[in-house]
Amino acid sequence: MKAKTTLGGAMLMLASLAATAAQPADFLARFEREARQADGAFAASPARGEAWFQARHGREWSCSTCHTPDPAGRGKHAVTGKPIEPMAPVANPERLTSDRSVDKWFRRNCRDVVGRECTPAEKADVIAYLMRVGS
Amino acid sequence: MQAKTTRDSRRNPVRLALFAAALALGAPAMADDDDDNRRAPMSPAYVEECGACHVAFPPELLSRRSWNAVVDGLAEHFGTDASLDAQALATVRDYLDAYAGRRSTDGANGKPLLRITDTRWFQREHRAGEHGLRADTFKRAEVGSAANCGACHRGAADGSYAEREIRVPAPGVRANITAQGRTQ
Ligand code: HEC
Repeated sequence: MKAKTTLGGAMLMLASLAATAAQPADFLARFEREARQADGAFAASPARGEAWFQARHGREWSCSTCHTPDPAGRGKHAVTGKPIEPMAPVANPERLTSDRSVDKWFRRNCRDVVGRECTPAEKADVIAYLMRVGS
Repeated sequence: MQAKTTRDSRRNPVRLALFAAALALGAPAMADDDDDNRRAPMSPAYVEECGACHVAFPPELLSRRSWNAVVDGLAEHFGTDASLDAQALATVRDYLDAYAGRRSTDGANGKPLLRITDTRWFQREHRAGEHGLRADTFKRAEVGSAANCGACHRGAADGSYAEREIRVPAPGVRANITAQGRTQ
């Protein structure tokens, strides 16, 4: 019983750590800043982000396979069929508000879709696109 | 802590009778059946880390050995990268370790099974004919896969698989999918 209580406490701590508050614009700024270290003239482009999000990159899936071609709509996991809440902040205010979540999912999803981690430029473009959806 | 909540066997006369019969016959008390197991409390961390691509599966459905093999292989998890950072990994491993099923879920080759759907228990409970299941039910668009528990078990997102909550969607109906569409 005692061990379980401690375990539960550790989980609660972990869950609250995950909730670092941030805004979508913070991520855009961060990835643009990182991208400018390689290319001083870099500016994020929603149009480039959209094309990249919808396209496949040499593997089976695109981002839109799970998140659907309309990021304001509800997606569906390609393997399990489980629904995925909308990706665009306009449709889902919880999106792009947690460092931990954004870093975790970019890492995983980019490896699945592109076979490597995404570059800061790719991430900045995708975020610019997601922020533009519905506005 | 987790009060042993009302089990279906207490409510459903048919199951109750079967259970009593099994006991009377000295059968191994349906030990790998859902009615027998402790029910693990759903932990927010487990749901957050393991409940995004699929529902957070009840930990008692696989043995400790199986869960350890699953956790060791997260970087290539059934075709996707499900890797976790070290801290989250340790938390998830501890949770699964604490609440894993007590029955072996090794396969015929002696290796631990990795999929709940490959276990004898799952296959028995989900064979065609049970609860209106048909051979093609899991392949239907409204279901997607046998890992999409929430397509039929409307309480799956909360860790509840009570019989009365089962609704197998009719072909072409999407309604029940919303039941587990919540993100954490
Ligand atoms: C195999 C299915 C799948 C594919 C393909 C996929 N994703 Fe995801 N993605 C998910 C799931 C599942 C989540 C977590 C959903 C949740 O939190 O509800 C997620 C979450 C995210 C998040 C986190 C959002 C946040 O604020 O927490 C981002 C960003 C993201 N995906 C971007 C992408 C990009 C970019 C691609 C293409 C490179 C992509 N995804 C491809 C399944 C997928």
